[in-house]
Parts: sequence; structure tokens; C-alpha cells
Amino acid sequence: MSDPNQSGSPDKEPASEAQAAQTALGNTEKAEPTTGPGRSAPESKPTLGRLFLDNLWAANTFTVTLLSLVLAIVVGAILMIISDPEVLSTYSYITSRPSDALNSSWTLVSEAYANLFKGSIFDPEAFSGWLNGDNGWQAVLAPISETLTYTAPLVFTGLSVALAFRGGLFNIGAQGQATIGVIFAALAGFLLPLPPGLHLLVAVLAGALGGAVWGFIPGILKARTGAHEVINTIMLNYIATYFLTWLIVQNGVQDPTRTDAISRAVDNSAQLPRLLGDNLRVHAGILLAVLATWAVAWLLNRSTLGFELRAVGANPDAARTAGISVTRTYVLIMVFAGVLAGLGGSNMVLGSTASALTPLVVAQIGFDGILVALLGRVKPWGVLLAALLFGALQAGGNRMQSYSGISLELVTVLQALIVIFIAAPALVKAIFQLRAARAARLQTSLAKGW
Amino acid sequence: MSTMAVPDVAVAPVDEGFWTRGRKVGLTLLALGLLAAVLFGALATDQQARFTLSDDAAGAALEINGTIGAILFGIITIAAGAALLAGVPKRWFLPVLGVGLVGFVLSFLCWQVSAAPTGQNFMPLVNIIRGTFILALPLIFGALAGVLCERSGVVNVAIEGQLLMGAFSGALFGSISGSVWVGLVAAAIGGAFISLLLAIFAIRYLVDQVVIGIVLNLLAVGVTGFLYERLMQTNIERYNSAPRFGNWNIPLLEDIPVLGPALFRGNIFLYLGLLLVLVIHIALFRTRWGLRTRSVGEHPTAADTLGVKVLRVRYRNVLLAGVVAGIGGASYTLALYSFTKNMIGGKGFIALAALIFGRWNPTGALLAALFFGFADQLATYLGAINSVIPSQFLAMLPYLATILAVAGLVGRVRAPAADGKPYIKG
Repeated sequence: MSDPNQSGSPDKEPASEAQAAQTALGNTEKAEPTTGPGRSAPESKPTLGRLFLDNLWAANTFTVTLLSLVLAIVVGAILMIISDPEVLSTYSYITSRPSDALNSSWTLVSEAYANLFKGSIFDPEAFSGWLNGDNGWQAVLAPISETLTYTAPLVFTGLSVALAFRGGLFNIGAQGQATIGVIFAALAGFLLPLPPGLHLLVAVLAGALGGAVWGFIPGILKARTGAHEVINTIMLNYIATYFLTWLIVQNGVQDPTRTDAISRAVDNSAQLPRLLGDNLRVHAGILLAVLATWAVAWLLNRSTLGFELRAVGANPDAARTAGISVTRTYVLIMVFAGVLAGLGGSNMVLGSTASALTPLVVAQIGFDGILVALLGRVKPWGVLLAALLFGALQAGGNRMQSYSGISLELVTVLQALIVIFIAAPALVKAIFQLRAARAARLQTSLAKGW
Repeated sequence: MSTMAVPDVAVAPVDEGFWTRGRKVGLTLLALGLLAAVLFGALATDQQARFTLSDDAAGAALEINGTIGAILFGIITIAAGAALLAGVPKRWFLPVLGVGLVGFVLSFLCWQVSAAPTGQNFMPLVNIIRGTFILALPLIFGALAGVLCERSGVVNVAIEGQLLMGAFSGALFGSISGSVWVGLVAAAIGGAFISLLLAIFAIRYLVDQVVIGIVLNLLAVGVTGFLYERLMQTNIERYNSAPRFGNWNIPLLEDIPVLGPALFRGNIFLYLGLLLVLVIHIALFRTRWGLRTRSVGEHPTAADTLGVKVLRVRYRNVLLAGVVAGIGGASYTLALYSFTKNMIGGKGFIALAALIFGRWNPTGALLAALFFGFADQLATYLGAINSVIPSQFLAMLPYLATILAVAGLVGRVRAPAADGKPYIKG
């Protein structure tokens, strides 16, 4: 009864740790997976170098994050190999000619991951093509543009989950909140005849309002009756999805020229402007995402509400004793989480991903948001970087699917694996025999039950 | 459920003057009854609403005039509501509530059946009952998996993943070996594999159990989807054409009217599911294993003091849960359909809802699963008769019901006290 949260908040690290987590994630973005950490450490001053290496090999956030990434990539490679009959057949005579098996495996895996990289960050061929005048500069930026397009909604849903986490609530309902958000945003987008500019603003805010409504329900239920938000948000996810599928085919919503389940398209005046011309998909949503990250960081660390929120998350009983209204905070947390997820929903229909409602318009952003929040260690800027990584995986996954024939599901596997390893630092530590330094800080959330 | 209750807003006290929970429920029921009698009665037509005792329109049937039926059953609900409002002894509460709800559903059906297009004013009961059980089957297995897990104190949100992995490995190994039994065993192992991950991360590495459950679901979706594209899609013959269990008719029982053809001409999974409910119920409340499981789920420290190996019990139960859920997944691929990507499609979460709605009790979970299955089947039926009720709203019903249950409007539900809390010896 009394214990839900002392150990429940996933985040009890000192503030300085935030910095470490960010650097960690920032570096993993650029780091090539094959280079182990610390290999290039300076050796000129043995004592200092030794120290540096030791620290690097200790189980800190940075190392664990990086190694989790490596582990996930290795498991992904194994999956690719065992699911390829041709490559697998070379393993039947591995004792007589091991080079066959190794070469074919290497070709398969390295091509797939190279495509993942080219699709998400940088494609050397496009670059040389640009230098030679074969293609325009857009082709060079296309991977980045794709990555940012996928990143934007994930930032919002990731922030939504992270904010709730900080207040001691587990918002599994980002998916549902984003769904209602997408509905509100789209309805405002094609039903309201408003001038450009204002129309966009109204549509984006409508999405936020939709999310807020859907976040308010589990919040108020939690505060009034103690009903667990995990259960209620799961249930509301499905209710939202069914509502969406029902709504799409109603008169006035469904595209009159179509018989399948698709709504009318959002007016041009309500669409987020593209940042790099019409050929590249990146849109203003990513700017809003950065803004939202800053706002959430400010809210958490600088505002009274943020303080109350963290206090409630750390220990509701103590917070109540200190005169903080826990019920009010719970409701506010869920409303804010809903607003953020709803904004993520707006991004899906007002940006370049889609311009009309379909049953799958929200994709998986809500569930991915949970992973993003965990990977970002429930810190706003960490969430932003984690979303970047996930966006890159999505964008690269598309290219991997079309060029290497590796289905997009591998990306889901990679994402899930990364988070599993992140969530269990003790496992990563055991696999790599890391020193136990500061490991206590890495302890992920102890469970808090229903 | 109330482990996270916020004490500073009083959870509506059980006896608060005149408006006890019974009276509130009674008032709600009264309103529902009025709605049924007036609205459904007005909308129903004079057609006979026929509830046939067979698969189709033919044969014997229970008949009632649509309008009369809708009003009559509405009045029954009103009466039940009024009885609760007047105050009945506590042990009568559930039966009276049940009568009221059944009256409401029947009133609704009278309206719908009588208002169906001419020639379709019948509801084939055998069909409905059989469909209810088929649709409830994965929920029953899933909810039982939840019971096994959560009664020992490990939250199981990974039911979806366990079902999916079971369905996948059942289809894969069933196809490769060409034997349903190999498929069944493989399905059980597949489900247990996800369970093993859940157990290791939740028990050994103390990861938040809800978090790891959600992530494992995604992992299962990813791995099965990936292998489906890479293996099954490229060679359907070899990897995705599992043999299927046929229907087994049970002598004597299959001759019972209505129930016989609906229930006793099913496949192995139907019998296995019902049997498991019985076995787990008895085992949980009547055996030493059950007592230990429950004690570990309620108060692991006390259990440990008495010499129960808390972690071992938890590992064993979580693995068992995976086996049960894996078999539940096979009830798709080894009996009904071939494997497709993400084919469980949220049934694992409805199973979770059934578990909670059934108050962490095997029999309760069965009833909840049947209720959800009925809602599902009803949606199909209403779609077939062009009902004005959108099927999506009926599909929402299980989720809405669960929210109401959890919020304490239909009676408090309480999880095992140590559910979700890792046990650290010391």
C-alpha cells in the first residue's frame, strides 16, 4: 500500500547524470558499431590512459548504452543469418571451408547495416554524385531528412511517457492519446475553413486538446479511485483505435471519392511547412519537437509544477506530507502527457507522413515512445537523442528493406533489444565483465506493481 | 489494484449512509432498464424475434414478439434495479445484478433481431455459442497465463507476446515436421521462451515488470514478423502450412440440444482450455502448490520465512504461464488459420483485461473471457444483419467494462499484494 514508488521512479540519478546520458546518446549516434569503446584511448600517459580506460570500461551510462547498441546489432546479425537459407547452407560444411560461411555471412550482414546507415545518415554515392553533378544537393540530405521526419513524432510521444514516468506514472496510453490527437487535428484540418497560419495553429492545438482529453481520463480515474493507470491507458488505447476506425467511414469524414477507409485530406493551409523544399519530407514538426523538449526540460527542472511532479514521483507519501496535492498532480501529469502525445499525433497527419486519416495513421508512435523514453533515461534531452536514434533506425530500415530485402521488422527487433539491454544494465555488465563502478546508479526502476 | 490508491481522496467508502454501492448499482440498473423498455421497445418491430436452437433459421426456436420482448425484458431489468435500490441481502447482490444485466441484453437482442431485414429475424443460438467460445479461446488461455504469473507476484503484460510466439513456433515447427503434436509442443516452448525472458529480467535483473512486458511484446512482434517475411513468405509450403487438429465429437454429450453441437464437437483446444480452467482453479485453491503460489504472490517474505523458495516458485509459475499461453497461440495456427504477421492483434491485452475483470481468479477469468467473446461474436452477428449499432462500439465493450471494473464502479478488484514487486532476499 505504501511502497509503490520509493524505488519506483526510474530516475533517481543526480542531475549531472543527465549530462552523461546525453553525451552517451549523442556519441552513439555517430559511433560506428564495430569500433569497441576505448580502443583509441590515448596511451601516451600510461597512468592517465589507464585511468581513462578503466573509467570507460566501468559500467556507466555511456558504456552501457553503447554496449547495448552493440549487443542488439549482434543479435540482429544472427537473426539475419539464421533466416537466410543460402547463407545458412554454407554452415553445413563450415568445418571443411569456413571461409564460405564467414564470407557470405559478412556480405549479408555488412550490406544490410550499410544500407541502414546510408538510409538514415549519409550516402557516399549521393555525395559523390552531387560533386560530379549527377544529382542535386537534395539527394545528399535525403537520409537526414527522412530521419528527422521519423524523429519528430517520436520526440513527442517519448516526452509524454518520460514526463509521466518522472511523476511516478506509467503512461502506456501515449498510443491512444496520439490517436485521439490525430483525429482532432485532422478534423480541424479539413472541417474548419480558416486562413493559413491560423488554421495550422488551430489544427496543431486541436491535436494537443485531443490528447489532453484522453490523458485526463486515466488521470482523474487514478486520482479519484486509485484505478491503475497502466490498465486504464491500455484499455483506452483500444477504445481510441476502434473510435478512429468507426469515425473514418462516417459521412463528412470519409473521402467521398473513395470506398475504402480513408478520410478527406487535410487542407494545405493546415499542413506543417516543409523545411528543405518540396522534394525532402522534413517538416516544421522537428522544430516543434525541439521546442517541446526545451519546454518539458524547463517544466521539469525549473518550474514549481515540475518540482511537485518530481516529488510525487519520488515519494507520494512524502509529497503529500509536504503539502503537495498528489491527486491534482496526477491529473496534471496525465493531461500534460496527453498534450504531448496528442502533438505527436498532429505531426502524423499535418506533416508529410500522411495527410488523411487511415486506420494505421498513427503507426506505432505511442509504443515506440515508451522505448524512446526508456532509452532516453526519461530525461527530456535524452529523449530527443533517443528519438533521433529511433528515427534513424526507421529511416534506414526502409532502405534496408528495399535494397537488402531485410524486412522492416528487424528494426523493431533492434529497438526492443536495445531497450531490453538498457533496462538490465546488470546483464550488460555481466556479458562484458564491466567493473561495477557506480553501478548502483544504473539500477533501473524497480517494479511498482499494479 | 488499490496498491497505488491515493489515500487523500477517500475511495468511496463501502457503507456511506443510504447510497451504498448496491444502491448505486441498482439505480444504474434501473436507468438501463428504463432505457431498454422505452427506447428498445419503441425501436423494435412487430416481427417475431426467433432464437433458433440450431445453426440456421430452421428447426425449433424460442419466439417472442419483438416489441413485447424488448419491453418485457426491460421491465425485468427495472425490477432487478428496483430490488437492489430497495436493498437486498448481500448474497443476493450478484444474482440479482446478473438477472438485470441478462434482461438488458435480451431486451437489446429482441429489438435487434426483430428490426433485422425481413427473413433474417432469427438468431442461431448454436452458432452464437460456438462463436463465443472460439473467440474466447485465446482469451481463456491468455488469462490463465496471467493468473499463473500474477498469483505468484509477477505482472504479465507479455501475454500478447507469449500468444504470438506460441502461434508462430506452432506454425513453423508444425509445418516442418508435418505433425500437429510436434507443433503443439513447439508452441508451448515458444510461449515459454518469452516467459523465460520475462522471468529472467523480472526476477533476476529486477527490471520493471510492466516495462519488460511491453518491450517483450514488441520483441515478439518484431522477431515473428521478421522471420515470417524471411522464411514463411518465401516458402509457404515448407514453413507455413501446418497441419490442423480436426474436431473431436464427444459421444453422448454432443447430443445435448444446443450445447452439444456448440461445445462438444470442437477441437482439442476448446476441451483443453476448459479443462485447464478447472485444473488451475482446483490446483490454486486446493493444493500445496496453489497455497505456495498464492503466499508468494501475497507476502513473499512470510513465505520465505516458512521455507518456500520464493524465486523458484516464481520462475516455475512464469514458465508454466508461457506454456499455457503458447498453447493458446497454437489454437490459432494449429486449428484455424495459417500464421500471419501480428495475428494475435491485441487479444493478449483483452486477455489481460479478462484476467483483471475476473479478479485474478481462473473461473472469473473464464467468465470474463466468455463475456468478451460474446461481445465479439455479437458484433459479427449484428454486422451480418445490418444493425444500426456500429460493430466498433461493441468491440470497445470489453475495454470499457474493464475500465469500469478497475475504477471500482462494478465492485473493487484487488491484485495479489506482491504483484509486480520483485523479491530481494535479505
